[in-house]
Amino acid sequence: MKRDLISITDYSKEEYLRIMELAAEFEQNPNQNLLQGKVVASLFFEPSTRTRLSFETAISRLGGRIIGFADPGSSSTSKGETLHDSIKMVSQYADMIVMRHPLEGAARYAAEVSPVPVINAGDGANQHPTQTLLDMYSILKTQGTFDNLNIFMVGDLKYGRTVHSLLMAMSEFNNPIFNFIAPPELQMPEEYKHSLREKGIRYFEHREFTDIISEADIIYMTRVQKERFSDPMEYEQVKNIYILRNDMLSNTKPNLKILHPLPRVNEIHTDVDKNEKAYYFTQALNGVYTREAIISHIMNLK
Amino acid sequence: MSSNDKKKLKLKVSAIKEGTVIDHIPAQFLFKVIAILGLDKIENQITFGTNLESGKLGSKAIIKVTDKFFEDDEINKIALIAPHAKLNIIRDYEVVEKKVVEIPKEIIGIVKCFNPKCITNNETITTRFKVVGTSPIALQCRYCEKHTVGEQIKMV
Repeated sequence: MKRDLISITDYSKEEYLRIMELAAEFEQNPNQNLLQGKVVASLFFEPSTRTRLSFETAISRLGGRIIGFADPGSSSTSKGETLHDSIKMVSQYADMIVMRHPLEGAARYAAEVSPVPVINAGDGANQHPTQTLLDMYSILKTQGTFDNLNIFMVGDLKYGRTVHSLLMAMSEFNNPIFNFIAPPELQMPEEYKHSLREKGIRYFEHREFTDIISEADIIYMTRVQKERFSDPMEYEQVKNIYILRNDMLSNTKPNLKILHPLPRVNEIHTDVDKNEKAYYFTQALNGVYTREAIISHIMNLK
Repeated sequence: MSSNDKKKLKLKVSAIKEGTVIDHIPAQFLFKVIAILGLDKIENQITFGTNLESGKLGSKAIIKVTDKFFEDDEINKIALIAPHAKLNIIRDYEVVEKKVVEIPKEIIGIVKCFNPKCITNNETITTRFKVVGTSPIALQCRYCEKHTVGEQIKMV
């Protein structure tokens, strides 16, 4: 049976760990011709330069060929072709499909239509599982473990799909503690807090971004986006509260690392960049190794 | 209304010899129930009554299908719109069994996803939901993973 990657919860804890192991192997030796002679379709029904370049780098380092499009304007979608027909056609040409789509559930549907594996590179506000796996790889690499970690999530915790997926994945491991720092409008949704309570996992909610971060092993920053606020005044009030500055890091733990899915706007001041606790650019590079690992796992190359 | 009057009311829709009587259907959903069960596509004799008085529902409908005996999977499809429906199985003019409907674990092709950004609302796709709660009814879309709950539930 073919294997897809659509939602982070499709995979077991054992599979997360297998992908982490493979990612570490690819970090040691990124260029391996495992995809030689294979064609991978890279279908971006919504532009995302960062994610697309990361995937295409991973495919290239594995020796695969890429077909596809970078934005829907240059695809048959602009002529009114259905997703069903696009996937039906492309899946006859390619050995695997990587897709980004603005509509939620598009990737699950494509996986049902396609006889070849589908990797979800983001479907609207729903899922972006390869981002979660690269976040996990960054955590494992810098902390040496997934257990007993105190993880702070900051910014837009309501709409941020990356924090939701990371929360679900990290809940599988032993004794995590979560701290949520967000304005009232952008709090962690009740369904996720409910899920934590059911698993007996401790979490704390804060409005203020203060020295409580001294307990953190990981700070996961997200963008507070203006368009999320119904009242622009509210945005003006909070936009400068959830900004991480270098002087806030003086009393933090030595093993602390700061993650961000990027792109950042102003939520991490550039004076943090030279601090050795800033990890977001390396995190992006880890994305290439993690995606090589995911592709190898799905295509049974390793 | 006396129980005698109630009996007369029932007889407004003629009795059947063999088959199934589906009672306590909310009147506004009679034709939905007919469509969901595919009763508009079968050859059996069917009689129905609607806008009948009902203490519980205000106004109810009833369907009698001759020589038809539903499987549980089949009949449970109507549970979302007719949760109080009761089935009487008739053999030789006698009620030999009574059944109630139960909400199934999965709902296929009946309900619309509440999320306007869901692929199922933008392309012709049969909807599929996992039932994740019963009071109120909560459905999780197989595609966008969002929940459609209680009054948000609308039929396709």
